[in-house]
Parts: sequence; structure tokens; C-alpha cells
Amino acid sequence: MALVTTLRRLVQNSLREYSRKASAVTWPTGQRSFTVGTQPLRSDNKVTVNFINRDGEKITVKGSPGDSLLDVVINEDLDFDGFGACEGTLACSTCHLIFDEEMYKKLGPITDEEMDMLDLAYGLTDTSRLGCQICLTKSLEGMVARVPESVADIRQTKDGSS
Amino acid sequence: MGAHKLLFSELKLWTSGRGGWIARLHKGIGACGKASLSSCSPKVCIVGSGPAGFYTAQHLIKARQDVEVDIYERLPVPFGLVRFGVAPDHPEVKNVINTFTQTAKHSRCSFYGNVNVGKNVSITELQQAYHAVVLSYGAEGNRSMGVPGEDLAGVYSAKDFVGWYNGLPSCRELSPDLSCETAVILGQGNVALDVARILLSPIDILKKTDITQPALEALAESQVRRVLIVGRRGPIQIACTIKELREMVNLPDTRPDMVAADFDAVKEALKDLPRPRKRLTELMLKTALEVPGEKEQERRSKASRTWGFRFFRSPVEVLAEPSHSRIAGIRLAINKLEGSGEGAHAVLTGEVEDVSCGLVVSSIGYKSLPIDPSVPFDSRKAIVPNTMGRVKQAAGLYCSGWLKTGPTGVIATTMNNSFDTARSLVEDMDSGTLDVSAAKPGSQSISALLEKRGVKPVTFSDWEKIDNVEMKRGESSGKPREKLLTVEEMLHVAWT
Repeated sequence: MALVTTLRRLVQNSLREYSRKASAVTWPTGQRSFTVGTQPLRSDNKVTVNFINRDGEKITVKGSPGDSLLDVVINEDLDFDGFGACEGTLACSTCHLIFDEEMYKKLGPITDEEMDMLDLAYGLTDTSRLGCQICLTKSLEGMVARVPESVADIRQTKDGSS
Repeated sequence: MGAHKLLFSELKLWTSGRGGWIARLHKGIGACGKASLSSCSPKVCIVGSGPAGFYTAQHLIKARQDVEVDIYERLPVPFGLVRFGVAPDHPEVKNVINTFTQTAKHSRCSFYGNVNVGKNVSITELQQAYHAVVLSYGAEGNRSMGVPGEDLAGVYSAKDFVGWYNGLPSCRELSPDLSCETAVILGQGNVALDVARILLSPIDILKKTDITQPALEALAESQVRRVLIVGRRGPIQIACTIKELREMVNLPDTRPDMVAADFDAVKEALKDLPRPRKRLTELMLKTALEVPGEKEQERRSKASRTWGFRFFRSPVEVLAEPSHSRIAGIRLAINKLEGSGEGAHAVLTGEVEDVSCGLVVSSIGYKSLPIDPSVPFDSRKAIVPNTMGRVKQAAGLYCSGWLKTGPTGVIATTMNNSFDTARSLVEDMDSGTLDVSAAKPGSQSISALLEKRGVKPVTFSDWEKIDNVEMKRGESSGKPREKLLTVEEMLHVAWT
């Protein structure tokens, strides 16, 4: 698994990867911490997460309990354009993810602050959440999260360009 | 054709050792500045280093491994409104600077600060040097109210007021007079709420932010105790969003002061509203009409400052003191609504109302300005006419950010907007619509031009020196940074 990840990193010579890794270490303290590089070797401690990207492709990765879904996206170098712009500080809606009803119910309570930002997400649904606020637990094993289209945050009026 | 053959033979040679390949390439073609993967690398110039500029650059660099991007910025410092617009008490919103920094430090990206496009170098000259030019210089002007008295002392645009507390060099001398009790803000978008919040926030909160020292000192002496945030239409049409409203409701040492009658008919309309608008309206209703619990009642009674929305009001005249030298109040026309929801519009009733105040901040919109006569500009919409970021009737010219769509939306909006422009540009390169086969000199020729004209660009490393000085200065006062306030100071630090 580690080898695959390493190979993926070598092959994916993407700015986003570099940007994510570098920006990640400057996340403010007190916010969600995450691991860079080495993960615990005991694979039974991992939670499988499936992402459906904007092309409809399914990407299966693993995260550790306590990681947020944004942490997972970053740690696994998943290439979702513009995902997590504010680095998990509830100041944007770009880590918007959509779940099926059953999984949504398992995700735990949503705070007013999360809802305030989620309200601005494009394509908001009743089973939408912000990835930076969902923390993995074993009970979420095998979860599926869809990355929706990311056109405009609704804090933009309709009079756009011609 | 010759260039393509050369490229192909170079690719074959790549397997025999990258060092050797680069040497042959440089010998054969002649290196220009940075190591180019090929002499035919497409060169793109971006004008403006705010979110639009950086997100466009980021997407371009990622989408094509051969594109080189140069970002030009008028000020010595990058990041545009992230630095000069985002409120000092919203530091998380500025986290995007980290990703911009990574882009700027990418080997195929260069930052040139202190270059005034339109004055130091023309768009035509940039188009000659680059395969494509992307205009991302945003909106540095503001819509005016268009009412008599607008130029009186004590009336400011939100753009200038925000620029003042955020250290925009051109706003340093604003020195707003905060010795009055009541301030009236026209407009009810998030910028209006930012201004209200900064006017009323306890100094203990502000002093730990990157607000400028002069602004902090002025606010510490401020006599402003009441802020009215005025809009033409009703509560359901308010342009701010819930996070910002909640911040006002929870602002320490303040209490809300609304007009209950403004909210008639709002409750019935609630059930048909989509969730985001519904939650926002519910919070407003609760704040305006609900009788608070004991604890909140006590908190409000102790509050020394008040804030409130006033609806159905449009400015018609700023009233002067008898000496006519400064503002005494503002005359507001009373409106009624025709239609409902987003499309409702305000109609004059003929009645007016005078409000005494000593400070008026007009927060009715930023506005883009034309940069160069050779660039098409729609003065009615104040944008550069374009289709998906391709400037109309101007091959090789693109635009992104507020210049493209108008001055609304948050950073994430601009991000998507910029990605779209980058996609159009890449599409044009890939399809041949934009001819990138002939080599272009890029920054080589522009740097030479600038040198001839006595203009010295500020590099990204130079900016990092400014950045470090600001952060160090902030340390001693417990602030994330103490911003340098003049271009002269910035250049001095950059070049010492």
C-alpha cells in the first residue's frame, strides 16, 4: 500500500499535491491535525472511504479514525479541483460532499457553523456535509462520498458575464 | 516545423540522461532565464495577483506541463483583496495565501510586483511578448451613490474604508472621523457587515488581528456607538449571508436594534424559501422580534453599542452642517416593494426620512475600471466583455475574477471562475486556436523594457522579505503581522 502511494506520488507530478502537502503543515494549531507521510502500519485500524469524483469515477482509499474527510483527501493526494480552500477552518464550502441517506444519518450532528457555510455550497442537498467536519470512525467503514460539481458558492448574484 | 523536429529529437535524447539533454537544448536554442522544457513553451502573462490571478495560474500550470506563467502586480505585495479586503478578524479566509505561495514558488511561475500594467507597460507590449494575456486585476473602483453631498467630509466608500483598516497604501490618509455617535452604512452585503463589525468590535478583539496600527488607534478613540445598515429592499432580499449576520448577533457588548414593522409579512413568506435563505431570514426574525431569555436580556441591557438593519430606504441626499463643511445626516427615501423574492424591486413612495449621523459608508459595490484603451470594456456592466473568459474580439486576451463577472462572490467563487478561464485558455492552446508554436520572449523582453523605463520589479523572494518583516513586527504586539503601510517602505525592505 505504501509502495502504491509512493508510486502514485512520483507519477502525479501535480502542483496540487505539492501545494497540499506544503500548505497542510501551516494549518493553524488547535484545528484538525493530520499525519503527513507515515501512517500506522496496523491496517485493521483503518477505515475504507470511497469517493466518487466529478467524472463519476470511484476512488477507494483508507483513512485513520479521527481523520476528517478533508484530511483523507489531502493525505491520499486526491485530485479534486479547489477542494478545501480554507484548509478546514469553516470559512468556505469547497469541501462539500454528498452522501446517501443511510450514511448521512450515521455522520453525527451538524453544528450551526457548519450549516452556515454549507448553505452557500453549490448543489446543496439534504444529505450534504462539509468534508472537513466529518471525522472517521469504524462505524463509517466503506462509506461513499460524492464530490459534487463546484460551480459558484451562492454568494454571487446572477448577473454574470455574457 | 523545424522546432517540432527539434523537440522530438530532444525527447529521444531525454532517455540518455536529462543533464545531457538540457545541455544540448541550451546549446542548440539558447536558454532564456529559467530552464525551459522547450523553446516553444507557451508563455502566459497574468495581470493581477489576487485570487483570480493565482487560481488561473495554478490551473494553467497543472493542466499543461509546458506552460510558463508570469504574474504582474501593481503593488510590491501580492494577494489583492485577500490581503486588502478580507476583514482582519477573518484570518481563516486568508489561508488561501498558502496555496498561492506554492504556486508563486513553482518553477514555471514568476511574480513581478511593482509593475503598473497600463502605465509602465502596455497590454499590446505584453501581447507581443506572451502567447496569451489574462486580465485578472479585479475592481479597484466603487459604485457611487450619485446623490448630492456625496463628497462631503464624513462620507466614504466601503472600498476606501476597508482599504484603510487593511493597510492599502492608497487609503492610508483616509483618517475617517469617528467622533460621532451614529454611523450609517448604505448596503447590506457582507462588506457592509464587515464595516459594521469593525466599527463596533471591542478593541481587545481587534488588537490581536492584522488590522493596521493607525486604524486600531482610531477605533480605540472612536465615539461611534450606533451603526445602522440600510438597504433599499426588505429582509428577504438582504444580500449578506448567515455567518456574517451571526457574528453581528453575537458581537460582544452590542445589542440589536431593529424595526419590528420591517418584518411584517416576512414570517408568512418563510415556508416557501430555500433552506439557506430560510435560515438567514429565521435568524433575522429571531433577532428582531423574539423576546430574549433572561441571560440575553441582561447582556443586552449592559451593551454599550447598538446595530440594526433599516429596510426600504434609499439615499437621496447627504445633509451638511450649516457650515457646509461636513455631514450632519442623511436623507433617505422610503420605498415599498413590488414583486417578491429575489426579483422584488424597490419603488419610491414619495416619503422621506432624515437620519442624523456623522459617518456615512457607502457599501453598494466595487467597480472595475478599464486598464488600457486597447482592451474592450463594457462600461455599463463595468466588466471586460467575454465568453467563458475569452475576451470578445481580442484573440489571445482572457479575463478571470471580478473583471470577468462583476464584483460579487467570495474567494471560492473567484476560484471556480478562474479555473473556467484557465480551461478555456488550455482548450485554445490544445486546439491550436491559440498559436503557441512560435517561440515568444516572455519576461525576457518585458524585463528589458521595464529596465529601460526605470521600473524595477519586486520578486517573490523580495515579497517574502516584506512578509517576514511584517510578521516580526507583529510579534511584539501580539498580532499576526504589522503591515507596512507605504509603497516606499515596502520597496525599501524588498530591496535592502
